[in-house]
Amino acid sequence: MSNGSFEPRLVGFLCNWCSYTGADLAGTARMVYAPNIRIIRVMCSGRVDSQFVLKAFREGADGVLISGCHPGDCHYQEGNYKALRRYKLLVRMLEQLGIEKERCRLAWVSASEGARFQQIVNEFTDQIRRLGPLNFRFDGGSHEQA
Amino acid sequence: MITVTIDGKKIQVEEGTTILKASEKLDIKIPTLCYHPLIEPYAACRVCLVEVNLKGKTELMTSCNTKVQEGMEIQTASPRALQSRRLNVEMLLARAPAAEPVQRLARDLGIEKPRFPIKDPTEKCILCGLCVRACEQVVGACAISFIDRGIERKVMPPFGEPSEACIGCTACAHFCPTGAISYEDKYGRKVIHEELYLGPSTAIRVPIRQAVPMVPFIDEKACIHFKTGNCQLCAKVCERQAINHEMEDEIVEIEVGSIIMATGFKPFDARRIPAYGYGRLPNVITALEFEHLVNASGPTGGKILMTNGQEPKSVGIVHCVGSRDEHYNEYCSRICCMYSLKFAHLIKEKTEADIYDFYIDMRCFGKGYEEFYHRLLEEGTKFIRGRVAEITDLALTKEEEGKLIIRVEDTLLGVVRRVPVDMVILATGIEPSVDHNQIAKIFNISCSQDMFFLERHPKLAPVSSFSDGIFLAGCCQGPKDIPDTVAQAGAAAAEALALADKGVFALEPVTAEINEELCSGCQICVGLCPFNAITYDREKDISIVNDALCKGCGTCVAACPSGAAQQRHFRDKQIMAEIEGILLL
Repeated sequence: MSNGSFEPRLVGFLCNWCSYTGADLAGTARMVYAPNIRIIRVMCSGRVDSQFVLKAFREGADGVLISGCHPGDCHYQEGNYKALRRYKLLVRMLEQLGIEKERCRLAWVSASEGARFQQIVNEFTDQIRRLGPLNFRFDGGSHEQA
Repeated sequence: MITVTIDGKKIQVEEGTTILKASEKLDIKIPTLCYHPLIEPYAACRVCLVEVNLKGKTELMTSCNTKVQEGMEIQTASPRALQSRRLNVEMLLARAPAAEPVQRLARDLGIEKPRFPIKDPTEKCILCGLCVRACEQVVGACAISFIDRGIERKVMPPFGEPSEACIGCTACAHFCPTGAISYEDKYGRKVIHEELYLGPSTAIRVPIRQAVPMVPFIDEKACIHFKTGNCQLCAKVCERQAINHEMEDEIVEIEVGSIIMATGFKPFDARRIPAYGYGRLPNVITALEFEHLVNASGPTGGKILMTNGQEPKSVGIVHCVGSRDEHYNEYCSRICCMYSLKFAHLIKEKTEADIYDFYIDMRCFGKGYEEFYHRLLEEGTKFIRGRVAEITDLALTKEEEGKLIIRVEDTLLGVVRRVPVDMVILATGIEPSVDHNQIAKIFNISCSQDMFFLERHPKLAPVSSFSDGIFLAGCCQGPKDIPDTVAQAGAAAAEALALADKGVFALEPVTAEINEELCSGCQICVGLCPFNAITYDREKDISIVNDALCKGCGTCVAACPSGAAQQRHFRDKQIMAEIEGILLL
């Protein structure tokens, strides 16, 4: 498999109020971004359990994006700060597990930032593409594509 | 109490009463000039002289400042008093022959012409100093005083120049007994000297002519009472006693069910585009200034005049100032095209001027707007398509001299033009209000990229914000004209009413719940909840979610070590399944 044909699979956990709306805006505004990301809506980035991220990697994701409101803008006042705290611990653990910390990214995207969402997804996709596939499936299988 | 006799009538008055006040009680009139009940008497004019007999001693005394004493016998019109009064008035008349009250007094006392030489037949000032005392005692400004001595004496501000201490209150003119100080009604207020036109305005005033409610307010920064503790003239003359200087701004807390944000906008500051010369070149004005100028109750009474007081022969209207420009605001402010057309129409109606309208695109989107544009085209307004590059007073040819030159690329002709005009109106756009960000923070409202408040959905919830019960109306949500604002405000009011009318509020069903059997009572969730919706039940040793307080963020669920906390519709199982599902392929 060459790097050129590797298409990473990304999972995005987006908060309902800012990032998901921002992604929606990117969609309604017909902004084109990498189709590699698969989005899961949560009410708040604070809802993102570290287990979700691990689960995603286990199920074959090459990268995970957690996205919430900008600091101070959280619909639930401080859920994004909780997400930040968890993220800091999580990336340390990921490294211990042998997963590059670059594979998990936390980004703030507001509801009006469709263009920013587009840019972040494109950047993140490129980054993971450079890192290559994770091959972390516990059943030993790989998701290499023909 | 003190008993005195005035013109043969006995009266009892309180100690400290002046002869003048005691006479007033008996309805005996003593003529005065320099006396005013609000100001300490000074006895400058000597017109109120009366003959007083006390303990056998007879004296002439000024009644305005002489206090009564027990046993005084007062004659207000004795031959001796009258003779002295006549002489005094004769001298006053010689000094101020144009002062009407002095002329009247002279007539009453039988003086036809003063025997003394008249220096200035137009003089009205009798140098009584009532104005000086009013300015000092009543107003507390101390802006005027006597200067020079003897025959050179006069009342003036220091060095005869407009004083910085003067607040333009015109109290001096009001107190002046002879009308020697004049003022004009201009700019919607009293103007005492030309140079103070744009100085501090009168402290108590109606904000604008069209203000609703039409009630004056006190500008604390300009009010002399808040500087010296004096004055309060307004309160003294208000018959309804409606003025209270003790009142203060206060913060009132009101509990409400819903909030409609209608915090408006601020006009784009044209100074930010130096090439347009606003604030530097005379006769370059903003749209709001033109609106003020053309208003029938404005400074010129609705006449369109330049700073030199003449009507312009040509006017340029520059569209999109601060709008549709990536250096300032990318968005269209939506109102400028139409008000610019209105301006062009008004100028056509009121003057003979040639009108040049510089536009990028004509955006006449509303009902009847396009028709209005066509009317303007027929009226002869010259429309030039192109963004104005610069406005300058640097003339290149003779006919450009003394004019403002608008440099613009005419994109329809494909040439760069220089259009000389007398007056330029900048059609400034709309920007979010000054404290927009603070307001957004307080109410937890998101802003869109242009920094206006973001509606929940452009089509399905155009007046709702992301916070339940907070609605948006008007320019705080985005630039819009009056009809659109009224429509949106109506919708916001209806939404708020609908909430109030229902009396019940539907909660999002995504709240958290705690499985009693799995909960270990560790209380991690309790500290994490931003809404204090989780409490710890000591007896059962478990945490309990209050459904009414829980907003459903799920932070507690993500933190629960035993998996006892779950979020409805966002259960761990559901999300895990979602992850599996989207990664299947």
